[in-house]
Amino acid sequence: MSEVRSTFEHVTRFGTRAFCTLGLIFLLVPIIVVIPLSFNEERFFSYPMPGVSLRWYAGLLTSEAWRNALANSLIVAASTTVAAVAIGGVAALGLQRLKGRSKAALTAVLISPMMIPGVVTALALYLSFSPTGISGTYFGIVLAHVLLGIPFVVITMTAALMGFNANLMRAAQSLGASQWTCIRRILLPIMLPAVISSALFVFVTSFDEFIVTLFLASPEQRTLPLQMWTGVHDDVTPAIFAAATLFILVSFLMLICVEALRRHGRYLSGLDK
Amino acid sequence: MQFRAHQAAPNPRAISPPGDTSIALRKSLRVVERIQNLRSLSLVGPCLLLVGLAFIVPMLLMLMRSIENDEVLNTFPLVSAELQSWESGALPAEPAFAALAEDLKRAKAERTLGVAGRRLNLEVSGFLDLLLATGRTIQTLPTSTTSWKDALISIDQRWGEPQYWNAIKKNTHSFTDFYFLTAVDLKRGVDGVQAVPQEQRLYANIIVRTLVISLAVTALCLVIAYPIAFTIASASSGIANFLLLLVLLPFWTSILVRSAAWIILLQRDGVVNSILLRMGAIDAPLELIFNRFGVVLALTHVLLPYMVLTLYSVMKGIDHHYTRAARSLGANAWQAFRMVYLPQTYAGVASGSLLVFILAIGSYVTPALIGGRTDQMIAQSIAFNMNQTVNWGLAAALSVLLLAMVLSLYALYGRVADTNIKAGR
Repeated sequence: MSEVRSTFEHVTRFGTRAFCTLGLIFLLVPIIVVIPLSFNEERFFSYPMPGVSLRWYAGLLTSEAWRNALANSLIVAASTTVAAVAIGGVAALGLQRLKGRSKAALTAVLISPMMIPGVVTALALYLSFSPTGISGTYFGIVLAHVLLGIPFVVITMTAALMGFNANLMRAAQSLGASQWTCIRRILLPIMLPAVISSALFVFVTSFDEFIVTLFLASPEQRTLPLQMWTGVHDDVTPAIFAAATLFILVSFLMLICVEALRRHGRYLSGLDK
Repeated sequence: MQFRAHQAAPNPRAISPPGDTSIALRKSLRVVERIQNLRSLSLVGPCLLLVGLAFIVPMLLMLMRSIENDEVLNTFPLVSAELQSWESGALPAEPAFAALAEDLKRAKAERTLGVAGRRLNLEVSGFLDLLLATGRTIQTLPTSTTSWKDALISIDQRWGEPQYWNAIKKNTHSFTDFYFLTAVDLKRGVDGVQAVPQEQRLYANIIVRTLVISLAVTALCLVIAYPIAFTIASASSGIANFLLLLVLLPFWTSILVRSAAWIILLQRDGVVNSILLRMGAIDAPLELIFNRFGVVLALTHVLLPYMVLTLYSVMKGIDHHYTRAARSLGANAWQAFRMVYLPQTYAGVASGSLLVFILAIGSYVTPALIGGRTDQMIAQSIAFNMNQTVNWGLAAALSVLLLAMVLSLYALYGRVADTNIKAGR
């Protein structure tokens, strides 16, 4: 590249980069500021911090309410993930084989829970779940989370299935493999990255879900986001930031996993070498 | 097909005997296809059933709830029938009072007075108290009372005022537009639909405010996201991956956490104020949060990744040869950007803006945590009417309005995305 650049071009180039940097700082700073504050010795949020301590983390772990909330969140998210990936994954396999209008219409129905604002979903589910007695139960909350998770599974899995080379299955069948062997030895290993990343999507969706849970949960099923909401509403103590830091850590790990899987998936389907 | 039929000679199908195997073949192929289609449908089935029963049906029931109006009709069947022939204006005659007394006694026994009372309270405030009080006293009266009119009016004078009877008559139909009218600050008066008095107006303001905040957030997101997406799209793949990771981290972080982070940053004794005070830039802490400024800022932060990712996906596909060609033909950098590059990103700008706008009008957590009393958005008024005032009809009507806005914007989004794909080809 030996183009001659005008001063104007240099200025805009610099300007764009400066704006980009500022934008990224805007995106990241709020998240980064929380982390050191969670190690603050005192309960006020002033920089520089008077001292470093782990007391807020210790407080989280010893608090009955936070421990229950964590347990609830993990139970709900794990059950949601298993159910949504199984049901949604099978549906994606079916959708992939359909053609034309019916495929588009069915996909639209299955991903509709993702498109509708959370508060509307929360109201609709609350109005229907309470007379049937499933609001305020773990089953009701898992059911609601499964509905919200299915769109992620359907989208991730159909995208991955589109890159799947069906000739591999045909080749295996022509060499005498049974259908079940084909699925077990060819389809599943190649689809594994997509399965895992949709599982991660569903897990995070359920783990972070707030408003639908707020409407449906009884105090017994209080999840971490609900516990955080109460904390933020009543009194913002560094305990909240300790919890927030753990949240950020979980999201970061999930993000890294999904990125790695995405690349691995592209590699397996032959898009990247 | 016909054209092929003319070249009969080289076509093996033409030689085949009558009772054609090709037709049989095609038939069996169609059967196989149909079986496969059914098999695929059976895979989708369980999921479809689940989403249909547990999601689509509740949505439809909520739609119904916004127009349903059977509380009064169910609790007061006799009065409802009696009032059909009554012209509002004067007080109804004795039979209506007798019917009311009968209905009140039964409703009191069946404990359904509260249901009708809460509904009627929305029409005339104090109606719930009136019903409950009358219900308590009426059981002490003998069944052989000659004039229920006098008896009821002596229990409570309000039964002598036509407006209470009007309220009952208005609600003797199974469906109503009451909730939708309330949701846009209208009501049905004696002479048709009219606006509610200035001081009672609420929801139209909230809807307008929601749209204004969402527009501001969308514009800010666009301005901030464009240079970020541009830089990522034109960076080498290693740097681009790293920058994308920086955008994805907040994207994956819970909205609750991000809103909480803004509270510590911006509150009166928060990080920003304490730094500014120490630097001597300000004398007193600034009000940065629990106001419109805070809501717009935090919502922009929450939705910015969506805009960056949408713009990036479009910019990544843009061929830089066009811009270079424009430069070689004498355009300066600005002209090449404005006339060649920018138009190619319009589709991304449109779909990114629509997406951010859609997410902004439905947002609940951020405005609830960071907004003040005058920054309430539509999602909060839905939650408020559901939890606090327990006016489910109004909550449902507001939801339906929000849903209608979101779905029509998604339809627009689908068209934009469609032209995106076509332009890409």
